[in-house]
Amino acid sequence: MTSTRCAVCKYFRRRCPPDCIFSPHFLNDNPQRFTCVHKIYGASNLGKLLQETPMQLRADTIESLYYEAKCRIQDPVYGCAGIIWSLHQQIQIAQSQLARARAEIAFLDANVVVAEPTPSPGEPVVQQNGVDYGLDDPYDFWFY
Amino acid sequence: MRSQEPRSSSSCAACKLMKRRCTSDCLLAPYFQADEPKKFAKVHKVFGASNVTKILNEVPKPQRQDAVDSLVFEAEVRLKDPVYGCIGAITSLQDKMSQLQHDLAVAKTRLARCSTRTSYASCSTTSPFMMLDGEFDMSFDDFVVDQGGLTTEFYQYPFP
Repeated sequence: MTSTRCAVCKYFRRRCPPDCIFSPHFLNDNPQRFTCVHKIYGASNLGKLLQETPMQLRADTIESLYYEAKCRIQDPVYGCAGIIWSLHQQIQIAQSQLARARAEIAFLDANVVVAEPTPSPGEPVVQQNGVDYGLDDPYDFWFY
Repeated sequence: MRSQEPRSSSSCAACKLMKRRCTSDCLLAPYFQADEPKKFAKVHKVFGASNVTKILNEVPKPQRQDAVDSLVFEAEVRLKDPVYGCIGAITSLQDKMSQLQHDLAVAKTRLARCSTRTSYASCSTTSPFMMLDGEFDMSFDDFVVDQGGLTTEFYQYPFP
């Protein structure tokens, strides 16, 4: 029996071979990580998935499986899917708000450019380069 | 001794795949109909039949359809992206959300500038948007989408 078994082999009370596919990713000092993944995916499925994954991507695969398993344990009904659906909704709301903001900006921009000055009686129209700087607001002459 | 369980007339997709007798009280039968074999095959490949059964057993009956739908969804995503699965999708959506928040902040600044310019203009037209129920009323903080506590967790996720 190897003196240090990985968390998976320890869980199954079996010998941990030198080429154990799980040992680089499930260390002895963190048994909870494997129990979490095992609860949702099962060791057999996990092993098959790892076999099909290139070695350099296995660590990332285990991380993502662990995270998804945690989500599923926390929320047995929706798991990670719930988070995705929620993000989709939030994105739709944000897109709609952005569209409205841009439409508002376009409206205000058009308004400022297009707006014709309304000259007060006796007051000269002040406009430079076709841009209305608002100096001829009919109410302004009360103050100037 | 043979089991005395009543036998259902047609096996559900789960029992068909696992080549076992489908009883009338089969837990998976309501959710994996015989005419949708691929649906169960995906879930079986990723989670395994016994894990799916355990998960469904822990979920109240009215929520089991939702649980199955989310498991099928996760299985599909995992099969499409065996390395990152749903986490890849979440990261991508978060990036999109960050971009949107940035765009909203830019729009907010521009809108504030436009509003200032408009207040000096002679135009007396009121923006049609201002007439709406106060949604656009004053607080541009409405533009900031509240992501709740969820995304805070994901920002700690090690993947870029």
